[in-house]
Amino acid sequence: MNENTPNPIIEMSGVSKWFDDFQVLKDVSLQVFSGERVVVCGPSGSGKSTLIRCINRLEEHQEGRIVVDGIELDQDTQHINKVRSEVGMVFQQFNLFPHLTVLENCTLGPMKVRGLSRKDAEALAMEYLQRVRIPEQAAKYPGSLSGGQQQRVAIARSLCMQPRIMLFDEPTSALDPEMIKEVLDVMIDLAESGMTMICVTHEMGFARTVAHQMVFMDEGRIIERSPPGKFFSEPEHERTKLFLSQILSH
Amino acid sequence: MSELRKPPFRSVKWWNSRWFDISQLVLFFGALIWLTLNGAAQMGYNWQWYRLPKYFWKVIDGELIWGPLMDGLFVTLEIGLYGIIITLLIGLTTAMLRMSQSWIGNLVAQVYLEVIRNTPLLVQMYVFYFVFAPILEIPRFWVGVLCISFFEGTFASEIIRAGILSVHRGQWEASTSIGLSRWNTYRYIVLPQAVPLMLPPLTGVLINLIKHSAIVSVIAVFDLTTQGLDIIADTFMSFEIWLTIAAMYLGITIVLSLLVSVLEWRVRGRH
Ligand SMILES: Nc1ncnc2c1ncn2[C@@H]1O[C@H](COP(=O)(O)OP(=O)(O)O)[C@@H](O)[C@H]1O
Ligand SMILES: [Mg+2]
Repeated sequence: MNENTPNPIIEMSGVSKWFDDFQVLKDVSLQVFSGERVVVCGPSGSGKSTLIRCINRLEEHQEGRIVVDGIELDQDTQHINKVRSEVGMVFQQFNLFPHLTVLENCTLGPMKVRGLSRKDAEALAMEYLQRVRIPEQAAKYPGSLSGGQQQRVAIARSLCMQPRIMLFDEPTSALDPEMIKEVLDVMIDLAESGMTMICVTHEMGFARTVAHQMVFMDEGRIIERSPPGKFFSEPEHERTKLFLSQILSH
Repeated sequence: MSELRKPPFRSVKWWNSRWFDISQLVLFFGALIWLTLNGAAQMGYNWQWYRLPKYFWKVIDGELIWGPLMDGLFVTLEIGLYGIIITLLIGLTTAMLRMSQSWIGNLVAQVYLEVIRNTPLLVQMYVFYFVFAPILEIPRFWVGVLCISFFEGTFASEIIRAGILSVHRGQWEASTSIGLSRWNTYRYIVLPQAVPLMLPPLTGVLINLIKHSAIVSVIAVFDLTTQGLDIIADTFMSFEIWLTIAAMYLGITIVLSLLVSVLEWRVRGRH
């Protein structure tokens, strides 16, 4: 269970998924090791969100295998619940619970899923709110926070479940430019703490800093996978080059 | 702090004033009452309002005894109370079945909705009373409550479903991703957001339930309407009794509307 573990913490092999007749994922295989940080990029509609949503079963794959920390995602709900307890997720639209305070957003999971007492859950939540640098907002409702603050609360909410893996689906895409940095800084902190992370993002500066592996997707396939040094300087595929030139040009 | 400015004064036209509204209302009802009394007089109707109070209550030897109108009122309220609970349970179950993945669940819900929507309530009451009640040995009070609840349940299910669907999909996903079960997601995430939206239309259902409950008189449940029919059969005071009973139903529904507005205000006011 450390970085030298020979088995990957996430193992996807030959995964395919359809929405009705439309194939979103085509024979996707991906291995992620404990402590590894993977950045996924690719054009809109290429299946990036679907790929990471399959990892905590927000979407069900129809072919292939997904094994997370030794647990196969199949029809067994116990397996699904076990995997979800190990995987945190942060969404583009934050998806905070608007009727609960920031603190309650963070304590709900620990209390109802992990069975912590309110006192322990609140202590835990304050610890993570501190880590995302907004302990002073604990008593407020999400609606009164800025986008950047909301996304940091969403990160804290996930961390309160003490997951071993964090998934990020374009966490800064819905933010005003001046708030992107505060969220990326929190994610960099998290990366430095050794968290296993898969981030879908087009923040290439962030990718260069934290990623061990870059994954490029197009039309439901993983086209290219390489360390960032190689990925940015000498991408192998034409489509990767085209994509990078488009995204880095602005 | 800037100086407080008063809004510019706008004179209210006399025909828009509240006093004009009220005087119109008084005139309207005055005319209505005058017409009724006048018509009744021409029919030779013998008003006997003085006989009415004892149908509300009597005091015998210092002991208060409820009369048939009050007994009927209690039964109607009882039907309303049990009825709304069962209606909500049926509505919630049907809504969940319709939103579930299970096609059998969907079919059951759909058949229930179609059957109830496409048959008259009166016929439903007879079917419940003459077919189901003897087979299942249900007392007639509960036949009435169940029948009306199944009827109003169709409306409740639509309201509940619309309320639940109005909660954004991202809320489900966030809740699922932190590991909350389906049930806990409903309980802590979805319903708290959906219920304030459902309350006003559900009040309408409760009010309809009270009004429609008059139909239990056809199976001789002693609710307000049945008691009224009985008194009239004894006394022939049909004008007095029907006017009184209409006013009593009106009283119940007005009180309910007020209660729910208070409730709604409190739910909204929490944050
Ligand atoms: N729930 C859904 N139903 C049908 N099609 C979907 C659904 N979600 C995504 N898609 C389609 O699948 C494709 C991939 O979507 P997505 O994984 O969100 O791509 P990306 O995140 O790379 O933009 C898109 O063409 C999208 O329209
Ligand atoms: Mg996406």
